Amino acid sequence: MTVMIDTGNYIAAKAAVMARPAVVPAYPITPQTTLVEGIANYVKTGEFKGEYICVESEHSAMCACIGASAAGVRTFTGTSSHGLLLMHEMLHWAALARLPIVMCNINRVVGPGWNIWTDENDSISQRDTGWIQFYCSSNQEIFDTVIQSFKLAENKKVLLPVMINYNAFILSHTSMPVYIPEQKEIDDFLQKYKPQWKLDVNNPITFGNIILPADYEKIRKDMQNSQENTKKLIPEIAKEWKKKFGRYHGDLIEEYKCDGADHILLAMGAIGSESKVSINNLRKEGLKIGLARVRTFRPFPNEEILKLGKQADLIVIDRNISIGSEGALFSEVKASLYGKLDTKVHGFIAGLGGKDVTYNDIETICKKVVEGKAKDCEWYGFEGGGK
Amino acid sequence: MKKYDVVTTISYPKKGAMGKTGSWRVFRPILDKTKCVKCLRCWIYCPEGTIIRNKDDTVDIDYEYCKGCGICANVCKVKAITMEREAKKK
Repeated sequence: MTVMIDTGNYIAAKAAVMARPAVVPAYPITPQTTLVEGIANYVKTGEFKGEYICVESEHSAMCACIGASAAGVRTFTGTSSHGLLLMHEMLHWAALARLPIVMCNINRVVGPGWNIWTDENDSISQRDTGWIQFYCSSNQEIFDTVIQSFKLAENKKVLLPVMINYNAFILSHTSMPVYIPEQKEIDDFLQKYKPQWKLDVNNPITFGNIILPADYEKIRKDMQNSQENTKKLIPEIAKEWKKKFGRYHGDLIEEYKCDGADHILLAMGAIGSESKVSINNLRKEGLKIGLARVRTFRPFPNEEILKLGKQADLIVIDRNISIGSEGALFSEVKASLYGKLDTKVHGFIAGLGGKDVTYNDIETICKKVVEGKAKDCEWYGFEGGGK
Repeated sequence: MKKYDVVTTISYPKKGAMGKTGSWRVFRPILDKTKCVKCLRCWIYCPEGTIIRNKDDTVDIDYEYCKGCGICANVCKVKAITMEREAKKK
């Protein structure tokens, strides 16, 4: 094992190459650029022995991933924001065709106004494509999740693509020390991908052809079943990783100081790790508060949240907004409890457009709820002058 | 028959997988064998594989599956194929 001090993107590039994909289609976009640049550098050094395809758009990048994956090989790519949105049609295709593609998405604001900082509206808007969605909170988690995601995606009970999300700049361009296992250890953990079917001129088959209504719903139901299967497999794979490498970032959620808590904060991505500082400070002040960092938005951790809802009131911070409704995590947390519990849930929209959400901000949010001063749903620190 | 662990759309090559597509036809290709020069352009261009190539390179049309697109008539250099409406107008 070695320690590598580098940015989230270069760490993701290292992880992707160590997973030995055969094909990486790449199209650069800020703040993902250094990720594909990092892989290109491994082409130069000879560490990456697969095919690196410079494509002409993100839509083409996902098309190339679909083609390569259908040909039966491990495939990886990365994108961000408008790039992810340009892929949208093909994201659905990849999932419905049951192709275990792994992709990093660096969460960046959607324009206009043009803005390269972080929020999560890009990936949240891809919620219904059938992809598994992870949200990471550290560079180590990015490395570990990339390797684990191939194992999850390629499991015969899953066969769905995985999107690993992490925040623009806060993680993508910030260096942290990351433990890197030996290549042999990775190879032992992640065996060679064996497709159940593939594009083969000697055994011709057609993919994604016409299908009648009665059969189509079977495909959707099977995808749903597979997402349900991941609820068992994500913890199993995380456990195996912990046993082999000693590191663990949680299952569908990561609980932090939830024991005896009467208020639990829920957040995703980097806000999830920043919150740990806030929780420590608030605990010192005597508040019984804990954190549940949501790692997977799909599958959604309904059972885990229901369990937490039995114990404590919930505070949700969303770095996204479903315009015309509310924060996406807030909605889904409430849906998990509906009809089963009367737990109070408070929602906060914070950090849109890459606005900083510091541990001080998170403490202010939590105190407001604990002191009974919070509304059901509000925009934290809104400076627009309105309500 | 359960072949794979997940449900997705995969089909294997089979004659007439979508049924007898000849019933879709509005225009019917009529081949005048006296004009045919065995160039096989119709056989090459037919998108449905419904031009049957015989051993002596003469051709026949498989009307069970021909959808009547007319490409064969278009590519024929000697105008040996003409398209005729299937049902006469009343």
